[in-house]
Amino acid sequence: MSDRTTKATIKDFFSSYFHGYDLKDDDDIFAVGFVNSLLAMQLVMFVEKEFDITVEDEDLNLENFKSVNAIAGLIETKAANVG
Amino acid sequence: MNFQVVGVIGAGVMGRSVSQDLAQTGHQVILIDVSDEILDQARAEIKQNVRLYRLYNKAKSAENLDDILKRVSFSTDYQRLRDVDFVIENVREQWGLKKEVYEQIDAICPARCVFAANTSAISITRLASLTGRAARFIGMHFMNPVPLKTTVEVIRGHHTSDETVETAKSLLAEMGKDCVVVKDSPGFVSNRVLMLTINEAVFLVQDQVASAEEVDRIFKSCFGHKMGPLETADLIGLDTVLLSIEVLYESFSDSKYRPAPLLRKMVDAGLHGRKSGRGFYVYQSNIK
Repeated sequence: MSDRTTKATIKDFFSSYFHGYDLKDDDDIFAVGFVNSLLAMQLVMFVEKEFDITVEDEDLNLENFKSVNAIAGLIETKAANVG
Repeated sequence: MNFQVVGVIGAGVMGRSVSQDLAQTGHQVILIDVSDEILDQARAEIKQNVRLYRLYNKAKSAENLDDILKRVSFSTDYQRLRDVDFVIENVREQWGLKKEVYEQIDAICPARCVFAANTSAISITRLASLTGRAARFIGMHFMNPVPLKTTVEVIRGHHTSDETVETAKSLLAEMGKDCVVVKDSPGFVSNRVLMLTINEAVFLVQDQVASAEEVDRIFKSCFGHKMGPLETADLIGLDTVLLSIEVLYESFSDSKYRPAPLLRKMVDAGLHGRKSGRGFYVYQSNIK
């Protein structure tokens, strides 16, 4: 999956929650104020399912999920480790 | 630890979350529900959530996942509660259902056991009257998701003893929580205000004054709330919101609590919010 598609897929996930907000790749999703604790957990489940990776305990921290770029970076690292 | 074994009744959204938090804070939990299917779902969800909560609190969840899960036993048999110290009831907000549960457990649980009703609106004094232990009966209104919410609204029924209030406070302290103790009145403080706010927000959408998104944005962007009233309604479940506002309407016999017709229509249509995949917003079904 290309970088562009990864980011687009992540943004699609957010679009159903960030109604009408134009999310940038480096926006801090927690600072923007749309993400509550439940959505953050759903995000982890979405990333695992959609990109077929397992987020290990040591990677389960908010820093890795704070922006589209951060999430794409985590996915890339995970995919590289598998490949 | 003062509380070795805690009984939790009802394995819905709140019962699961309460059980998870109790287990994570070192308590043995007996989670009771009438349905094996719901208990299986509860087991899977608790397992998933214990892992995901590591996003928020590394220290609290550093313990091995299996060790935490081993503390929760799942059962359809109320007899399992015959030796528990404390029971937290999370049954659906319907008088008939709660009545049936309290009459059963009052006969099974030991006399020392405190009953805590985790109810949205029904009077604690009225629920206590179903049992022979009104002094050892209290309201504990946990917020969702329980492991992340550090304050609980505790409700003192008419006959609740000081000792029971202290017992409830010490269990909450073991769970790392603080509380605000209020007197008994339908909806207490939280839901008397919240349910009326949600209901009025539904009227605004129904009257086409603003869309659900616009209503919520005003609360978030202007007032700095973390969630708007309609997102909150989707999170609670629109069926539960309707039941709660109906309890307020009946309890106060005051028309200001009349449910918005749109709310009733959405519940009839199965749009129950986040748990059903659709309410005022649409949720992706695979990640609800």
